[in-house]
Amino acid sequence: METGSAAPITEVSRLCKRFGTVTALDSLSFRVCRGEILGILGPNGAGKTTAIHCMLGLVTPSGGSIRIMGLDIARHRRQILQRVNFSSAYTALPANLTVYENLVVFARLYGRKDAREEIARLLELFEIEDSAGRLTGSLSSGQQTRLNLCKAFLNDPEILFLDEPTASLDPDIAAKVRTRLHELQLERGITTIYTSHNMREVEEMCDRVIFLAKGRIVMQGSPAAIIAQSKSRSLEDLFIVIARNGHLYEAVDDREAEPCGSE
Amino acid sequence: MWLRISAIVMRFFFLHRRSVARVMEIFFWPVMNLLVWGFVTSFLQELALPKTVLFLIGSVILWDVLYRSQQGITLAITEEFWVKNIINIFISPISVAELLGAICIVGIIKSLVTTIFLALLAFFLYSFNLMETGPGLVLFLGNLLLFGWAVGLFTMALIFRYGRAGEALIWGVPFLIQPVSAVFYPVGVLPLWLQKVAWLLPSTYVFEGMRQVLATGVTDMFKLGVSFGLNMVYLLLGSLYFGWMLRRVREMGYLSRMHLE
Repeated sequence: METGSAAPITEVSRLCKRFGTVTALDSLSFRVCRGEILGILGPNGAGKTTAIHCMLGLVTPSGGSIRIMGLDIARHRRQILQRVNFSSAYTALPANLTVYENLVVFARLYGRKDAREEIARLLELFEIEDSAGRLTGSLSSGQQTRLNLCKAFLNDPEILFLDEPTASLDPDIAAKVRTRLHELQLERGITTIYTSHNMREVEEMCDRVIFLAKGRIVMQGSPAAIIAQSKSRSLEDLFIVIARNGHLYEAVDDREAEPCGSE
Repeated sequence: MWLRISAIVMRFFFLHRRSVARVMEIFFWPVMNLLVWGFVTSFLQELALPKTVLFLIGSVILWDVLYRSQQGITLAITEEFWVKNIINIFISPISVAELLGAICIVGIIKSLVTTIFLALLAFFLYSFNLMETGPGLVLFLGNLLLFGWAVGLFTMALIFRYGRAGEALIWGVPFLIQPVSAVFYPVGVLPLWLQKVAWLLPSTYVFEGMRQVLATGVTDMFKLGVSFGLNMVYLLLGSLYFGWMLRRVREMGYLSRMHLE
């Protein structure tokens, strides 16, 4: 991993989120280095999506702070949103617009008046160029996921949030999408924050992962390092152990890991 | 700013250009309403009632402006929940003011198209000339648009808070306002206590003013001024309430869950 700069591009400090009596995030602290692909892992309800939505300003934290590209999300949400993007298997673009129309609308939302070339390039990259004139609702779920990814690259983001981006794809398309994402990440130096329940995918994609259980980080490090550290056979085995016994683990402050810029 | 606003306006243009249902929403329902009330008016005229009974047609046309402008705000945002696009909109750099501004522009365009179409139809079918309301017509329309937006902001805030359960308000709230606004009858026929409520609504001044113009040819600028003043108050309150509710739904995490409902 080449992190490039010593300052973390994202720093989350003592992030807390309570929904009534439920604690979704419990003093979560971690940082993401520039150009890094960080996987946020954990069982359902561990707090992955809440953490990402806090970083995108969709959910207001109960406590703690989030600094992205040196800016506080609470005060500079729109400046940050101009430079990041998001794709999830659980969101969709309007079904009654064509693929091309959707991308034109979102290009404008991100301040790009004439994005024809970029749209054509992205459609080709994700192999849905033949569907440009089709209604989005008529696409297969795999094509819709790839369209979501096209949308996510329209503003050439510095940070990309991917929430289970390959959840609805068959293995062949999922592998192609991972390859494309890796290529784009290397070409543009994009920092990526990634969630997935596919542990093989995480091992392949992520430089580093943090495991969440009940809103706390219980383990962090490179996939290889934490597999070795936990004496598990694979990340999937470790996932199952944490999903079943997460409450037995001590909380970890991820910022105690190696600083950004170190090899 | 204008590029982001134009993005939302374009989105509505794209939506409407191939959707029969949406074109019907602009033309079909208002026309059906006009036809029913137009024939009622023709019947009443046969009973040798005064010409002022024509105000019923004017009421239908003007009521549609208020109804459509309220619907414009509420449906535009609610539809983003339905198609699971709400998160994509709220994680883009568009501000809430820009989003609402774009929706209002779309509302003005739709209201103008519908009003002009209905006015032409009313002229040819029933010899009702909306222009008889004089230069005050623009002020009537403007006040109704503003009040529709204010009501739309309140309605939308409640939908943010209550999600799907609150969606019935989109169609329910205008019909809560209609009888009190004295759309099809003078405010004097309402019970005294309800008249006091009616005079708190900007729409009441518009419909009373419209009837007065048709009967006497005089536009009551004072009434229109009061209507505008009330609209400013309701728009301010609606904006504050909408903003407050948006902060609350971010705190409660509803915004990120709405697309899953």
